[in-house]
Amino acid sequence: MSISKETLLHSYRSMKTIREFEERVHAEIMNGQIPGFTHLYTGQEANAVAVCAHLDESDTIISTHRGHGHCIAKGADVSGMMKELFGSSDGLCKGKGGSMHVADIDKGILGANGIVAGGPPISVGSALAAKIRKNGKVAVSFSGDGSVNQGTCFEAMNMAVVLQVPAVFVIENNYYSEHTHIDYAVGCNDLKARTEAFGFPVFVADGADFFAVHEAAGKAIAHARAGNGPAGVFAEQGRYHGHFVGDPQAYRGEGELDDLRENHDPLKVFRQHMATSGDLSEAELDAIDAEVMAEIEQSVVDAKAAARPTPEQVTADVYIQYGANGVRGTYHA
Amino acid sequence: MPEKTMRDAINEALHQAMEQDESVFVIGEDVAGCNGSAGDVGSVGGVFGVTTGIYNRWPDRCVDTPISESAIVGAAAGAALVGMRPVAEIMFADFIGVCMDQIVNQMAKFRYMFGGKSRCPAVIRFSAGGGFSAAGQHSQAMYQVMTSFPGLKVVVPSNAYDAKGLLLTAIQDDDPVLFFEPKVLYQETAEVPDEMYTIPFGQANFVREGDDVTVVAFGQMVPKAAAAIDALAAEGISCDLIDPRTTSPLDENAILESVQATGRLVVVDEAPPRCGLTADIAGLAADRAFSSLTAPIKQVCAPHSPTPFSPELEAAYLPDADKITAAIKATLA
Ligand SMILES: Cc1ncc(C[n+]2csc(CCOP(=O)(O)OP(=O)(O)O)c2C)c(N)n1
Ligand SMILES: [Mg+2]
Repeated sequence: MSISKETLLHSYRSMKTIREFEERVHAEIMNGQIPGFTHLYTGQEANAVAVCAHLDESDTIISTHRGHGHCIAKGADVSGMMKELFGSSDGLCKGKGGSMHVADIDKGILGANGIVAGGPPISVGSALAAKIRKNGKVAVSFSGDGSVNQGTCFEAMNMAVVLQVPAVFVIENNYYSEHTHIDYAVGCNDLKARTEAFGFPVFVADGADFFAVHEAAGKAIAHARAGNGPAGVFAEQGRYHGHFVGDPQAYRGEGELDDLRENHDPLKVFRQHMATSGDLSEAELDAIDAEVMAEIEQSVVDAKAAARPTPEQVTADVYIQYGANGVRGTYHA
Repeated sequence: MPEKTMRDAINEALHQAMEQDESVFVIGEDVAGCNGSAGDVGSVGGVFGVTTGIYNRWPDRCVDTPISESAIVGAAAGAALVGMRPVAEIMFADFIGVCMDQIVNQMAKFRYMFGGKSRCPAVIRFSAGGGFSAAGQHSQAMYQVMTSFPGLKVVVPSNAYDAKGLLLTAIQDDDPVLFFEPKVLYQETAEVPDEMYTIPFGQANFVREGDDVTVVAFGQMVPKAAAAIDALAAEGISCDLIDPRTTSPLDENAILESVQATGRLVVVDEAPPRCGLTADIAGLAADRAFSSLTAPIKQVCAPHSPTPFSPELEAAYLPDADKITAAIKATLA
């Protein structure tokens, strides 16, 4: 499949934005600037970006606890995300959600999700809406190698087949669920086959290679969009950081992280492809790098200066019209 | 007597119970850790480190699971039905949302529905409560919800000493016990004996004794209430501070006798107000000690809202010593 220059430029920019966003967030967490639980996507950038390259704004995605990459790839406002992580009331979710709950409904981002496998059933609902409305939209859910063992994930996959809805299940195998390896947690030795046994095709790709994921995701999304029911993407690629920031990573093998960063870096692999094909020049890529670095730097400056929430905002947005149903907001003395 | 953190006190109780009784086993996500990986199996001991070292001594009785909360609780319930004494770990109390059926419709009701012919001596441990900027899906208390289900015993320790004694009671108890560990207290220390000891369920602890006001507080609110009460001593105000320690069974007599003596009641909990423990205790006093009351009962709790992410919002959301002080003074006004 040939990919337009515009898409190549946009996709590289997206991957680089995710990388720099995550690395900067890591640094700010180490500085004590970002509170809460944060899970970084560094290393897996190609998955999110290559999948979202096939989506437009009104297709939906639903993400996981490791959600920054998916949200950026689907077009979330990066500055608003950074503000959200800093807990500002100007953040994308007004400081109510933080890292695990970044959402941008207008961009078709139905949220990061703090509950492992909370997303797939919701995505089936979005897909069902598309089927009923016959609008050709698809609904993508991202799942990790750990989340596929949750009952909600099985239920969602089976129901998507039963209902023949345009749901696309993207399974990202980064080999670990927290500290446990997939070889332990997934009982069968072929997760692709287990997923296909639900009754839909699963397309496999090397998650370090944007072009491989782009091709696999293209097939899956085309299958779903054409009304053939759900489809899956299965991409393998390790994460560069711990499960959360501060994880001692006792599960890593000797040299594993060095190998990942050295030989499985989606940004490097992308640049290698460009050097071979000549579709984008080094100067074009370097220019994107510089712009992205500046954008991320600015987003941090803005986030640090952004408005802080005030106590009366605690009870705002619990309901659409808070208080209209007579629920009392506080029993504080 | 040695000082220990709540984490270490619980860990010690688990070790001693495992040592004493071969039917005790631990099950949950990463309770050993690193299974299937090239790294160091057993080196995690749960994400909060509470089960540290157990795998290393009893690998067969420290069971790592996939991310499958329903199956974890169900497996604990089933093993208990046939005579084992499982101690399951659910990482965050919020994940009760995933395994509610196995707790509420299954294990809670076996004995009653089977005409008193079964025993289900399972313990489910949870980290619970706010204070970590962990937002809406990782901050809930949940124990107030679970207290409403007959058939479950519900424990909420407020310090390391009680945590050890209550957990040993829980493991010996032949009914299902839910054990909620306020996660902000894991690092707090208290004097904890090395030897095994038990604390009976349904027996409140008088943390402070006084004449003017009865304060009932739960979990992480107990040290906050103690701080408020200690500061009020300078103003000549003295309070009973009652920590019920178990919300089911509840030491009603301790609360009623204190209210009869002081005539004033303040109830403090971190959960939202509706159908919660503050309303429950207030209802108890209004029903059974009304004629002793000389002032309106005050409830100090979170507002009717999910837990917000931003630290400023969470600080405004959770009750603190100032709010407790204001409530105590209001009963004296
Ligand atoms: C229902 C539920 N159980 C457990 C957790 C704790 N938890 C958060 S992420 C995670 C591991 C998820 O692994 P995977 O699906 O492979 O995603 P990855 O972290 O590798 O991106 C776990 C166990 C949770 N958030 N929700
Ligand atoms: Mg994983």
